[in-house]
Amino acid sequence: MGKVIVVTSGKGGVGKTTSSAALGAALAQSGEKVVVVDFDVGLRNLDLVMGAERRVVYDLVNVIQGEAKLTQALIRDKRVETLYLLPASQTRDKDNLTPEGVEQVIAALKNAFDWVICDSPAGIERGATLAMRHADVAIVVTNPEVSSVRDSDRIIGLLDSKTLKAENGERIEKHLLLTRYDAARAERGDMLKVDDVLEILSIPLLGIIPESMDVLRASNVGAPVTLADGRSAPALAYFEATRRLKGESLPVTIPGDKRSFLGKIFGRKAA
Amino acid sequence: MNLFRFFSRAQSAPAARERLQVLLAHERAATGDSDLVNKLRDEILKAISKHMQVDDEKVSIKMERGAQVSTLAVDIEIPFDAGKKAA
Repeated sequence: MGKVIVVTSGKGGVGKTTSSAALGAALAQSGEKVVVVDFDVGLRNLDLVMGAERRVVYDLVNVIQGEAKLTQALIRDKRVETLYLLPASQTRDKDNLTPEGVEQVIAALKNAFDWVICDSPAGIERGATLAMRHADVAIVVTNPEVSSVRDSDRIIGLLDSKTLKAENGERIEKHLLLTRYDAARAERGDMLKVDDVLEILSIPLLGIIPESMDVLRASNVGAPVTLADGRSAPALAYFEATRRLKGESLPVTIPGDKRSFLGKIFGRKAA
Repeated sequence: MNLFRFFSRAQSAPAARERLQVLLAHERAATGDSDLVNKLRDEILKAISKHMQVDDEKVSIKMERGAQVSTLAVDIEIPFDAGKKAA
């Protein structure tokens, strides 16, 4: 039975899709069978970030409406054999996502994959609540910025009340993924620090993804950042988060801890 | 920052530009379900199912949208006794 993960945040533009693609690819690169599901009906983008935008035939809504079989809608990644994508519909309305339909699709995916990663749309409407509904684990993507932290807090509340696990009186596992973290700005006091965010949201930290040009570069060419450049700082951070997700306990690397000689000199000058 | 890697990397923005141009050209042309490739897909399947019972599991459809040419590959397993079932 596979594990269902929801990647959520409330706020838009914080890195849900980037993180879904990167974590999904990293898990698949480690040999796990992974499917990444786009729940953003009407505004799909996971296909674009994963470089499969020209190959979409059927989508999640087609499967839910019975117009296509699940196996026909799944797109296999061309680089990693065990990585699959289930795209969202671009033309349909999000009302086409029915709770029963989503339940059936998730149940079928759980049977066939080790990991089912649900990329949630922004907001707290139907798409977002259905994406989190069947999750075993939630990854709350947050930027070190006030509105993102506030929205994450709201989402954590929803995870604790609106998910199937919560309704059954169980605890849903929640992790914080801090993205677009700029160590230099945090050091100067211009950005919320890791400890600030952790203290406010009080959920365990899965990883810290540094702000990096490599993320934009990867999306430009349509590859998850862990595949585009596996040695880049954000890729290393995603690999680390993936190991933690698989149950390993290892200390979180805080960007800026290991400053290079030049970095130290210029960093001081800038401060 | 590793200087060698910094200089050895090709620009990625042109790739982004090209991918978006192809994608948006297709999306703008497609309002609702009027997309030609989607229409073809549905009609081909309809035509085939007139003559034989199509087992959904045995149909694989692949699409590749390009700037000038799109390809649609429909791969259907036709069992030996397919014709009889249709009657």
